[in-house]
Amino acid sequence: MNLLIAVTIGLLTACGVYLILRLRTFPVILGLTFLSYAVNIFIFISGRLAPGLPPIIDKAAPGYTDPLPQALVLTAIVISFGMTAVLVLMAIGAHLGAGHDRVDLRDDAEAGE
Amino acid sequence: MSHLVIAPILLPAVLAGLILLVARGIALQRLIALAGAAGFLALALLLAGRGGAPVAYHLGNWPAPFGIVLIADGLSVLMLLLLAVVALPVLVYTMASGWDARGRHFHALFLFLLAGLAGAFLTADAFNLFVFFELLLIASYGLMVHGGGAGRLRAGIQYVGFNLVGSTLFLFALATIYAVTGTLNMADLAQKWPLLPPGDQALARVAAVLLLMVFAVKGALVPLQFWLPGTYAAAPGPVAALFAIMTKVGAYAALRLGWLVFDAGPTAGMWAELLQPAALATLALGAVGVLGSRDLPRQAAFAAIGSMGLVFLCVAAATPGATVAALYYLIHSTLAGAALFLVADLAGRRGASGPVAALFMASAIAVAGLPPLSGFLGKILLLQALEAQAPLIWSAVLLASFLTILGFALTGSARFWKARGTAPTAAEPLALAATGLLLAGLVAMTLLAGPLTLWLKGVAEGLADPAPYIAATAPQSGG
Repeated sequence: MNLLIAVTIGLLTACGVYLILRLRTFPVILGLTFLSYAVNIFIFISGRLAPGLPPIIDKAAPGYTDPLPQALVLTAIVISFGMTAVLVLMAIGAHLGAGHDRVDLRDDAEAGE
Repeated sequence: MSHLVIAPILLPAVLAGLILLVARGIALQRLIALAGAAGFLALALLLAGRGGAPVAYHLGNWPAPFGIVLIADGLSVLMLLLLAVVALPVLVYTMASGWDARGRHFHALFLFLLAGLAGAFLTADAFNLFVFFELLLIASYGLMVHGGGAGRLRAGIQYVGFNLVGSTLFLFALATIYAVTGTLNMADLAQKWPLLPPGDQALARVAAVLLLMVFAVKGALVPLQFWLPGTYAAAPGPVAALFAIMTKVGAYAALRLGWLVFDAGPTAGMWAELLQPAALATLALGAVGVLGSRDLPRQAAFAAIGSMGLVFLCVAAATPGATVAALYYLIHSTLAGAALFLVADLAGRRGASGPVAALFMASAIAVAGLPPLSGFLGKILLLQALEAQAPLIWSAVLLASFLTILGFALTGSARFWKARGTAPTAAEPLALAATGLLLAGLVAMTLLAGPLTLWLKGVAEGLADPAPYIAATAPQSGG
């Protein structure tokens, strides 16, 4: 189970980093989304894996899983979702304004002079 | 009484919401924003008047390691005061120049940015620091693309993308810290960090380096500075001036966590070791960038990078003396950088008229660190504090200053002295006055350097001795 989750986080991060290095905005946004998935799982397991145990008080429970990372990951999901939405809107605006969706700024510097 | 601690976050946040809900016209928006910035200044002064002892505010009255705590200590109050002092003239400039009417929601975003910055300066919880970072970043995204235009939007995408990667790194760092220590409360971390078992120390070091990288992204340290020149040069002038304090958030966080937590146990001395070469490279890149830029906003952006190099050089030294120098130079470079961005905006919109040229000369002198303005005193403090490593650091700082002066002299003469083309139009008097007000702050820093350094010494001593900060976090009956 530990190995499976570690490999998943590694794969998601690798995909995210590769996509971020692309030249167009859409793959970059997808890459950032992959990275935020990876970090969300990472936060989730930072309280260690405890399968089948409740996070809140239960008289019959043999032990507990750490509830705090679940609260943290909820915050992180909301924030990364909001940020991605902002970035998507800005990317659409820039695409419509400039007629292409390349990430680099060279054309604008020339056009601005 | 301790409710005062949360007021600098609540006041701008509530007023920003009010603007979004009821203020349709620009006049009412301006009134509310001005009231917000003035009230913020008053709150910062009230907090400063309480003295340097840390005051805690337990959110929801939850006891310390479980609930979130805000603490106003010397450093937090200093940063709040600096923010208020920069925000008010910048807001006046925005109104005088009409920048705020070029798009919707400027004032609401401005107040949200104040709330986010105030929260980042006050919080005593590492995850809460992340949340406030995001709050100030999302407001800054909106401000950065204020006024629109394809070029600005595309520079904005780079800025947002870079900072989203930074936020992801922040979360990885925080999760790792939580995994090894089981806490994210800063005072609690400070107590648990030196006692980590040997098996967890490697992970702790990884987390510390990740966190330092996050602060280096915010503080535009080489090699993580790529987002800054394009962003600051493309952002509207007054927004860039306000961003002059956003890079300082990185320095603030590095100072706070460096002194409180990470200079102990498995990571003792590690940040200093990593920061010093990065800071020297930042200084060099800033100076070369100032020399190489041909337009004023870009030059001001590189000057901001260079000043972060100097601040981080002092942060890396991690002695109380160097911290005093870091804080003095941080205040100076925020005011001077903001003034320079406003001058660049004035010159861009209104042309090189006499008063604008005079303001450019004053702010260039301040940024380059020439006498008689406070940059000179800041650099002397810095050189004194770093005397132990004199040959390397002194020559680097002096050479960078020389290149900066040369760069400003070149653009100054090309832009203002031998100005050709369309005749300049008269700049708005209020905008000139707002820029002059920032420069007057520098004059005050020079004249009152004695009392100011005495105050900063108290702040630095508060950082070096974390016991009162940790004690303030502990739950108090009836607090």
